[in-house]
Amino acid sequence: MSQITKEEIRQPENLVYKKTELLTDNPLSYCPGCGHGTAHRVVMEVIDEMGIQEQTIGIAPVGCSVLAYEFMNIDMTQAAHGRAPALATAIKRLMPEKFVFTYQGDGDLAAIGTAETIHACNRGENIVIIFINNGIYGMTGGQMAPTTLPGMKSSTSPYGRDVALMGNPLKITELVAQLPGTLYVTRQAVHTPAAVRKAKRAVRKAFENQKLNKGLSFVEIVSNCNSGWKMTPNQSNEWMVENMFPFYPLGDIKVND
Amino acid sequence: MKGNEAFAEAAIRAGADGYFGYPITPQSEVMEYLMAEKPHERTGMVVLQAESEVAAINMVYGGASCGKRVLTSSSSPGISLKQEGISYIAGAELPCLILNVVRAGPGLGTIQPAQSDYFQATKGGGHGDYRMIVLAPSSVQEMADFAPLGFELAFKYRNPVMILSDGAIGQMMEKVELDEQIPRWTEAEIIKNTPWATTGKTKDRERNIITSLDLDSAKMELHNIHLQKKYRQIEENETRYETIQCEDADYLIVAYGTSARISQKAVDLLRAEGIKVGLLRPITLFPFPSKPIAELANRVKGILAVEMSAGQMIEDVRLAVGCKVKAEHFGRMGGIIPSPSQVVEAMHQKIIGG
Repeated sequence: MSQITKEEIRQPENLVYKKTELLTDNPLSYCPGCGHGTAHRVVMEVIDEMGIQEQTIGIAPVGCSVLAYEFMNIDMTQAAHGRAPALATAIKRLMPEKFVFTYQGDGDLAAIGTAETIHACNRGENIVIIFINNGIYGMTGGQMAPTTLPGMKSSTSPYGRDVALMGNPLKITELVAQLPGTLYVTRQAVHTPAAVRKAKRAVRKAFENQKLNKGLSFVEIVSNCNSGWKMTPNQSNEWMVENMFPFYPLGDIKVND
Repeated sequence: MKGNEAFAEAAIRAGADGYFGYPITPQSEVMEYLMAEKPHERTGMVVLQAESEVAAINMVYGGASCGKRVLTSSSSPGISLKQEGISYIAGAELPCLILNVVRAGPGLGTIQPAQSDYFQATKGGGHGDYRMIVLAPSSVQEMADFAPLGFELAFKYRNPVMILSDGAIGQMMEKVELDEQIPRWTEAEIIKNTPWATTGKTKDRERNIITSLDLDSAKMELHNIHLQKKYRQIEENETRYETIQCEDADYLIVAYGTSARISQKAVDLLRAEGIKVGLLRPITLFPFPSKPIAELANRVKGILAVEMSAGQMIEDVRLAVGCKVKAEHFGRMGGIIPSPSQVVEAMHQKIIGG
């Protein structure tokens, strides 16, 4: 087969997809193969399609996505570790006409920020929480997270998570679904085109919910961390399907209309 | 009105957009008063009881990032919990107001008044090189006056402002004159006055980002240099203090807040004995009135710093004085307020006779 050049690929008939303008041109700081980039794209496409860029305020966490504001072309504030729901609470209450969301990882949301997460959910703050769960602290180099699976290896559980010694993984999404303040709680993934489409529908529903003023929408995205898990991107996605999904099953957990 | 109530009412009248707090003695009247006043009906102000001091200060961080006039209040152990958030707010250069009605420490300490949070308020408290503007009220009137003044300074310098009060000033009742209601800023005014705020990215500008992070050390150093330059400007422009009977003084007392009230009485008692004593009352603790203290040190024979602590402000007094004259500390701790006669006695023992 002859070599295809870049110019040949870029012919108009081949341009079936383009990047939303709500993603900047800054090179992503995520490892190749990581799900964060796709999750960013899903959220920004929804905001673009809803035409709410001018009304949207995002909160970046501490963790791999600490620099989310470099990639999302909207007004954003970078929160202290775990505190994004507290910031979002104040912003939404002070500017109820805006769309406010947090984008947080598992260490941020389900360990150091547990109190802020639970109370924002329980108060029924009219915000969206996007929760990326890859079962590990990626940015600091692969330490055990609140969501690390039993037996799963990390740099601080090098022989695997021993539940007797290190405690159980926290299914915080099931937990917040029990609270009266949550309107919509769902668990999604972005490892296949079909999963991405479903995740996007969930994110869209979450943002549409803000117009209803009826409570908090919580979208977990189970994702891979090929670097932290010490796998290739493909291996990590296969491992995620075989190990993460049985423990963190995909689908809607709570839908109140 | 109680000092805490006067502050709460003055905050509403100063056009505050949001208060976020958590109950702790001796300042709980602030949120109680606000909740009872229904400011959401009076002015549209948001008042929210947070799940923790940590959440409350981060709500303030969120509100401030949108250009809103936001505040919190607490007392010493709660202020310790807020330090992370204060450091972020200072790093991200956001305006806000924080009231500390100081109680005795360390640890849970006691609910009685103290002035032992001076270091924490004036030297940093959280991590990193930063400063808050620190206002020290010595009356219920100043509890009210410093709410609008605090907001003015916070927005002028995009910097957190702390009102360092104490349990006595917060709890005591005095007559107070309140300012007229200032209208809250409209969205258009916020966009005009705080063009840096995250109000939603419009087509005519780049996105606004509020962060204290820069992974590039060279840029982070430049940011720090900028912050330090701002703090020097604040020192230049905003130093506030009051002098009482200093014109002919042979001896000087330096004291703020409750200690200044007690010391003023001690000045009268000492003058009745024929000893010419004056009082310098710092109103801003950062910036500290070093220059006027240094000038008075050229004229007086000795200086007594009175503070309800083991001796914190004395360090700044001594830095101002150098070795020109003797400067000593007198204070009580653990929530005990010294009496004027104890201050008189300390002046005799440590300065005049010492």
